[in-house]
Amino acid sequence: MSLTRHDVEKIAHLARLSITEQEMPVYVSSLSSIVNFVDELSRAETGAVQPMAHPLEGQHQRLRHDEVTESDHHDKYQAIAPAVAAGLYVVPRVID
Amino acid sequence: MSNWEVVIGLEIHAQLATKSKIFSGSPTAYGAPPNTQADLVDLGFPGVLPVLNQRAVQMAVKFGLAIDATVARRSVFARKNYFYPDLPKGYQISQYELPIVARGSLKVMLDDGAVKTIGITRAHLEEDAGKSLHEGLANVTGIDLNRAGTPLLEIVSEPDMRSAKEAVAYMKKIHTLVRYLEICDGNMQEGSFRCDANVSVRPKGQEKFGTRAEIKNLNSFRFVEKAIQYEVARQVELIESGGKVVQETRLYDSDKDETRSMRSKEEANDYRYFPDPDLLPVEIDEPFIAAVRATLPELPDQKAARFAKDFALSAYDAGVLSASRELGAYFEAVITGIGASHAKLAANWVMGELSSALNRDNVDIENSKVDPAQLTGLLRRIVDETISGKIAKEVFEAMWSEGKPADAIIEAKGLRQITDAGAIEGVIDSVIAANPKQLADYRSGKDKLFGFFVGQVMKATGGKANPAQLNELLKTKLGGGGDA
Amino acid sequence: MLHNLFIGELAERLTKRQISSVELTRHFLSRIERLNPGLNAFITLTPEQALRDAAAADARLATGETGPLLGIPLIHKDIFCTDGVKTSCGSRMLDNFVAPYDATVVARLKGAGTVMLGKSNMDEFAMGSSNETSYYGPVKNPWDTTKVPGGSSGGSAAATAARLAPFATGTDTGGSIRQPAALTGVTGLKPTYGRVSRFGMIAFASSLDQAGVFTRSAGDAAAVLQVMAGFDARDSTCVDAPVPDYSKALGAPLKGLKIGLLREFFEGLEPRNAALIEDALTIYTGLGAETREVSLPHLPLSVPTYYVVAPAECSSNLSRFDGVRFGYRCKDPKDLMDLYERSRGEGFGAEVKRRIMTGTYVLSAGYFDAYYLKAQKARRMITDDFRAAFEKVDLVIGPTTPTPAFDIGAKINDPVLMYLNDIYTIGANLAGLPGVSIPCGFVDGLPMGLQLVGPHFAEAKLLNAAHQYQQATDWHRHAPRGYE
Repeated sequence: MSLTRHDVEKIAHLARLSITEQEMPVYVSSLSSIVNFVDELSRAETGAVQPMAHPLEGQHQRLRHDEVTESDHHDKYQAIAPAVAAGLYVVPRVID
Repeated sequence: MSNWEVVIGLEIHAQLATKSKIFSGSPTAYGAPPNTQADLVDLGFPGVLPVLNQRAVQMAVKFGLAIDATVARRSVFARKNYFYPDLPKGYQISQYELPIVARGSLKVMLDDGAVKTIGITRAHLEEDAGKSLHEGLANVTGIDLNRAGTPLLEIVSEPDMRSAKEAVAYMKKIHTLVRYLEICDGNMQEGSFRCDANVSVRPKGQEKFGTRAEIKNLNSFRFVEKAIQYEVARQVELIESGGKVVQETRLYDSDKDETRSMRSKEEANDYRYFPDPDLLPVEIDEPFIAAVRATLPELPDQKAARFAKDFALSAYDAGVLSASRELGAYFEAVITGIGASHAKLAANWVMGELSSALNRDNVDIENSKVDPAQLTGLLRRIVDETISGKIAKEVFEAMWSEGKPADAIIEAKGLRQITDAGAIEGVIDSVIAANPKQLADYRSGKDKLFGFFVGQVMKATGGKANPAQLNELLKTKLGGGGDA
Repeated sequence: MLHNLFIGELAERLTKRQISSVELTRHFLSRIERLNPGLNAFITLTPEQALRDAAAADARLATGETGPLLGIPLIHKDIFCTDGVKTSCGSRMLDNFVAPYDATVVARLKGAGTVMLGKSNMDEFAMGSSNETSYYGPVKNPWDTTKVPGGSSGGSAAATAARLAPFATGTDTGGSIRQPAALTGVTGLKPTYGRVSRFGMIAFASSLDQAGVFTRSAGDAAAVLQVMAGFDARDSTCVDAPVPDYSKALGAPLKGLKIGLLREFFEGLEPRNAALIEDALTIYTGLGAETREVSLPHLPLSVPTYYVVAPAECSSNLSRFDGVRFGYRCKDPKDLMDLYERSRGEGFGAEVKRRIMTGTYVLSAGYFDAYYLKAQKARRMITDDFRAAFEKVDLVIGPTTPTPAFDIGAKINDPVLMYLNDIYTIGANLAGLPGVSIPCGFVDGLPMGLQLVGPHFAEAKLLNAAHQYQQATDWHRHAPRGYE
């Protein structure tokens, strides 16, 4: 199952990845070969089997007590941020 | 418009009133300086993992029980993948195929007193995103992630509402319910309770739904009503002029009173939902549900029914008085003081003067300047005829602004009713003597002038004449005329 | 020579004060200075902190305190967050990232008194089987520096083989500990999924990732696992199960141990590889074990299954890398879309982008059922096959890799060819099973590994079987020339 350039552009956009013109054919070809490879799965008989999201069976989510355990460390965390102003993370203007 | 039927579904996001966030131990308190309540988990730092808050689960289950819904014994968290700066991980942890609360319903009283059952498709747990701030920042947007990770209960209604008013009535009922259950403070200004409206129209009689538009983030009952009204008109006009409604997300501009398309969400998003591998399925057993059920308070409908029955109130009055637990408690405290035989009086005063004062001063009932004991004191003076109902209103205003009990004000202002028949007769005589023409007109058939005489006597007595006695004596003294 | 001693031997000398931790640390630091340039096994060296930590360990030893890892130097794979120390995950995206916290694994090993020499090189975001995708350049195999050491934990493997530290941590998602261990002639342990906390371990594929260790013996692995293993409240997928005494279990005789030969592993096995496994089987039967054939009929689906599930999970896990709160941000983003696309396009390498896109594709609308859902079903079938096999045998045995180390550059341009390196290791990750690779001989002068896989939480038995083999053979004592 081959992917087209259009397919790859769509996927790259969904994933917010810029792909240059030179890179595009390489990605189209390598992604096509990967998808081809995993297509083997489509031939497998899986019938009524339940999908498995977690490797350990019989486990369920542990619940945490509702209590505040964290305090303010924004100075430390924001020290490594690319752009911060007045305690806010700064990004190019978002237009709704 | 009469050929069209409106179809509305609401998605309500209620922030759950937990102390800490749904997947981290950060505080949820509102109003902190930016990013001071966002820990590594909330910020989506590399390597962090979510752990589920027990109280959020309990609150969701509580809601499910209150709407007679099926509570899922097994529910799953799923990732909703999309990019937005207020969504740090690039995905929101939500629930998709297996929500914690499945189908339920709610009875809603409409303006005309009719009761409609609105279906609730599901309610699920998810995390809130942060906030984007644009004011005062040129060409950039500032992101505050304090809100990121706050637990939300997303309540999805069936598309059962057929008018903006129905939608508002449903939204108010949910608002009342979540506050009753103490799972959400319902503070719309702070964003604890938000609503998205899905609106479509179809020709009357058509079964198939029309294309719907989603109006996001409506944070007041008034805006919900106006936004829906605008949107319905927009869609009808669009279709009638040959256009097609586009499935899209829109925002309501309250300044212009119109909805407009959201540019950033123009493209349909493929959220690529899949079960979150960092969280295991949530399993709820009978003891858990029973423990939550034991914490259910008397629900609004139950309280309203009890008020209507025990206090012979109309369904409407009972509904108003049970709109919040605090109001209901206030009312019941007054009843305890004044007695159930005066329930209607108490109801009128709580729904009338008290509520007006609260609204006027923008004060919650918990902070009322007249408490139940004080109001009871005032009502007693009406019941024992120390003052008339009309004078009582004056006394109430003074109680509200001065904080003094009724008796003190009645004394200080000399507002006691005049009940001495002789005194009243004396005033009536003076008034009659001073108004011979009106007397003659009344006696020749102009019944309406009775009110004139009542007014004159009241004026002369500073409003203090006992109205019932005044009526009796005046009828006797005026004699003749109409229906005296 | 100090660097050829095992952890237990070093611990004894430290306890007896025959050497100090500072001396030991200096010994390894000078080896690293001399030998690492030829291997490129490190991304960050932390000599000053190491000497401070060593001095602190010596102070603890001086009080008479003992501990199996007290004062022992180690290396952490650069996927574990280390507070105050650069944590790059082998990527330009995190080249400027100084972690603000310690991963649980790091904190536990620190608490036990270990001394961190530095952070090891790795395939970018743990995606690779050759350590050639690292932003910091490929790691060289000390046995032949024209060959790859395997991946993704290539740096940790190479450094352990070159005796640059007594042990190094790693992570294994599809074989990233076991495969490089085999190619570099060391012992590599991947515990059961959920045995060791993932908190602070930068996520690649959340339902497959597991932290483990590289050592030169099973005995050493037991000592390290003892400290790493155990419940962590901050990781919802971490299991709350008792941690046995792994060292105590090492010496148990193997009489009656049932070892399964996986038919699917032996089909098409290269003759010299097969011969080494045959020799190993002879050793095991000589030690009293019984061998029998078992079949995992769905095992051939494991590589395509993995290459749907792992990319799907990673495509979501890596969405948090967006240039907003940490990590690489492109220069002069012209708008939000540009910020995202170029920060991610420039910050991530080709293999990472390939896997993100593969994952995005298999989760996307229209493809979810055919790929992701199907893969999760295949995963269950593979897991069930293993479960059935473990009803008949205690452990399963086979080669770790199809071939010895290949040339740097030989497979990097063919992703699918590269993926097939994981053919023997991936099944254990899909089923969450523990596995260990131990050296079992040489082909063309290059080491080969033998893999043992056990049921969930069977690490004690695995290490016991590995240890007894190492008592009867000396493959694990061989050092690459120039590194003895």
